[in-house]
Parts: sequence; structure tokens; C-alpha cells
Amino acid sequence: MTSSRLKKILEKGHFAVTSECGPPKGADPKAVQDKGKTLKGFVDSVNVTDNQTGVVRLSSMASCVLLKNEGLEPVLQMVTRDRNRIALQSDILGASALGLRNILCLTGDHQSFGNQPQAKGVFDLDSIQLIQTVRKMRDQGVILGGEKLTLPPDLFIGAAENPFADPLNYRAARLAKKVAAGAEFIQTQCIYNIGRFKEWMVEIRERGLHKKVFILGGITPLKSARMAEYMSKNVAGIDVPAEIIERMKSVPAGDQRKEGIKITIELIKELQGIEGVHGVHIMAIEWEDAVPEIVREAGLAQRPDVD
Amino acid sequence: MIVGDRKPIEEIKEMLAPYKKILLVGCGTCISVCMTGGEKEVGILASELRMISELEKKDWEISETTIQRQCEREYIEPLKEQFEKADVVMSMACGVGIQYMAEVFPEKIVLPAVNTTFYGTNVKEGEWQERCAGCGDCVLDKTLGICPVARCSKGLYNGPCGGTDNGKCEVNKDLDCAWYLIYNRMKEHGKLDMLDEIIPARSWKTSLHGGPRKRVREDAQK
Repeated sequence: MTSSRLKKILEKGHFAVTSECGPPKGADPKAVQDKGKTLKGFVDSVNVTDNQTGVVRLSSMASCVLLKNEGLEPVLQMVTRDRNRIALQSDILGASALGLRNILCLTGDHQSFGNQPQAKGVFDLDSIQLIQTVRKMRDQGVILGGEKLTLPPDLFIGAAENPFADPLNYRAARLAKKVAAGAEFIQTQCIYNIGRFKEWMVEIRERGLHKKVFILGGITPLKSARMAEYMSKNVAGIDVPAEIIERMKSVPAGDQRKEGIKITIELIKELQGIEGVHGVHIMAIEWEDAVPEIVREAGLAQRPDVD
Repeated sequence: MIVGDRKPIEEIKEMLAPYKKILLVGCGTCISVCMTGGEKEVGILASELRMISELEKKDWEISETTIQRQCEREYIEPLKEQFEKADVVMSMACGVGIQYMAEVFPEKIVLPAVNTTFYGTNVKEGEWQERCAGCGDCVLDKTLGICPVARCSKGLYNGPCGGTDNGKCEVNKDLDCAWYLIYNRMKEHGKLDMLDEIIPARSWKTSLHGGPRKRVREDAQK
């Protein structure tokens, strides 16, 4: 059984580069494969979102396998919004059997945001309970309730955290809770306010969490000043400081993508200088093409070979 | 109390279309206190229906009454004569009353005039809020009296999601984030360390997911 490459990279102390791929709104394997081809070689692993924002898309599990077949290492994102513990545990086993080696445990965006707002939300478990469940399955070889598995799943277990959401003072404690539940790597919500992120990292280091879990700072490159304003105003838990919005506005519309990439690269350099940050997670939403340029410009194109 | 909303008049009209003699029954308990199906609201609906009947030539005969509780047999039984005279009964109680009246008088069809919504309280004039989900396994000791099952949009047991925005829920800016309230309450009481405790996956068997619930107290049985 091969284990997670992402895990090996982080354990060897390399600054990891991960990215994200949103599956298409259709049964189109090529859309996933094309995104995979764009990212291949530039990142250590690729997260696949699980019906993000409650919008129906090609399944995360299927997309992960498509990416794996293209030679990439996927991170299966799994939300508790749509599946109860029977389906979650079954999919965890399925993921491992299909050779997936990384899982990111999430609660998921509320269904009211998506294209099926009439859906019944499941939320049988929350993200922390999902982390505990995967950990139990992998390490103790049992499912919830204690029944033994014939073969435990082999998965590197991740979670998300948002250093920018209310109540701010609680966010480090929440990460501690996820670590206590069994999370081994963390990918954060997108960082624009690097000052606030650094404050959060101080709390993380004070609690010694940076030595217990690998932390990857999340970054979403801005495509336009409008996007910056939209995210700042309309997306709960996203903190885009006024100076970033102003900076995006200060360049002509045609050059704003370039400016967004420049900001991303600067943020990555900042992240590299923060003690306890082990990598970057680049979420270029429907803009995977930007990732190779960002990674090259940030001087990270030479990905370590750990196999 | 149990809170409900009266159904839209169009839906009520459609339900009553096949009938002539209609008995409207209000309930004097929760649904009356939340200003949905008490004596006053029965009177309003009766007048509305009489007006519709006149304008649209429906030929409805509307009679009305309100009893103390539609969830108890002793209050329903005295309606025997009125039930017998009616083609159909329309209840303005919660879902419990609507069903129980039909159980007491199985020969009659009882229609709902109310959508039962939640267990809640009247927080201020004209505003009711949900407080309890009746899930059968109370954790209010662990959350200092604020229910994450009924009051967090995702029913989270282990702290706020990433969508809390200035203390409001990402689902609706008019809703308080339950975990923000819990956090502040723990802070006020100097008990923030309570947040470190992981609440493991719970059993939903005590909720509806174990099948419909019933409670038996043998010592109270004859």
C-alpha cells in the first residue's frame, strides 16, 4: 500500500504546495482531467471540493480517481452536510480502496447557499466528529460503535480552519480541538489579511499546535477588484482588507489578474517566513491556469521527489 | 410553547372546496398564545370564509368553536354533537391537536388550518423564536443553556463553523449564531475551557430517527 505523498513531503520538512480543483456541473471527465494536466508537476496534491457551496457537481470521489489516473495526488474533501455516518464511513472505505490517501474533513457550506436550497441537510456528524471517525477507522480498525473492519482505511487526515471568522479569540482553540480529534494537516480559509493570520499563528505557537499538526495557509488569487469587493462584502468569514481592495482598484481592469497573482506571490513569501506554517494551499477558483505561474514566480516550481 | 403559522387562505379554500358544513375548531393553549389559532383567529378565519363563500357562491356553512386543548381527550369529547353536524372539521391547533381530534372522532376528517413550525418562545412583541428541537438528549448543560441542535443552522456540537459573521449566522443575517452566543455566555461565566471538550458523535435514536417516540410510565397507568 502506498501512503500519502503529501504526508511524506510535510514530514520531510518541505514547504508543501497544494491546490484545488472544482469538478464540473456535468458528467464530463475531461474537465477534471484538463485541470489535472494544468496542475500536474506544480503541486504536491490537489483537493477536490465536495459539492462546494451546496451546488451539485461531479462527485469528489469520482473526480479524485480521475485525477489520480492522470498521475496527481488528490485530497478527497468530504462534507457531513449530505451524508449520514453510514454513507460517510462507507465512502471513507471506498476512498481508501480506490487508492486515495488524503481526506479533508469538513461540515460543508449550508445547503441554502447552493442550487438545491430545498434539500434536507444531514449533519449527522460535524467536522470534528468526522475527524474522530476517520481516525478511529484508520488507527483502531473499527467503525463508530466498535465493529471491526476487515482492513482499515489508509488516509492522511486533514481539516480546515478559518482564522478570520467570529469569534476571533476562539479560532486557535477550535484548531486545538481539531488536532485533539485527530487532524494531521490543516488547510486554512483564504488569507488576505496577513496581519490577522500572523496574530492567529502566534496563538497557535503559544499552544504548541504548530508542532502537532501541519498548517497550510490558504490563498485564493483575486481576479479583479470586483471580486475582492464581492468577497469582502458577501462571503461570510472572508476578510479582505481595504488596502488590498484599493490596490486591485488602482490598476486598470485589464491588468487586475496580474495584480492578483502578484499579491498571491507576496502572500506566499510572507507565509514562508512564518514559523509553523508548513505550506501553501492555492485555491484558484475556476482559474487553475494561474497556479503554474504563481508556483514558478514564488520559486516553488521544483517540487520535491519523495517517492 | 408550540408555534405555528396559519396556512394561506388559498390553500385553505382548496381543502374546503368539496365540503359544505364546516366546523372550525380553535385551541386555547400554545397556538392561541402565539396568536395563530385561538378564539380570535378562529373568528377571523370564519369571517374570511363566510365572505369568500358569499363572493364565490360556495354555499359554505361555517360554525366555529374554541376548546381549551386539542391535545386532550376530555376537552375534545364535548364537541361530539358539533362534529356530527359537520361535513368536515378544520382545526386551528398544532399538528398534535389536528391529529388527536381525528383520533377521538375517527369518523370525521380533520383538516389543518395551521403549519406547525417549532417549539419556541415569544422573545418580544410579535416575535417568536425557536429554542428546542425535542431531540431527546439534552446537552444544555454542555452549552450553558443555548441549544446547538435547534439554534445552529448546521446543528454543530463542537463550536462555530467558519461562516460566523459579526455574531450572525451565515444562513441569515437576522439569525444569531448559536455558537457565538454560547461562546459569549461561557466567557461571561469564566468557563471558556468548556469549549475544549469534544462532544463525540451522538445517537439520534432518541430523536425521530429511532422511529416515532412514545413514553410509558407504568406507575401512572391504571
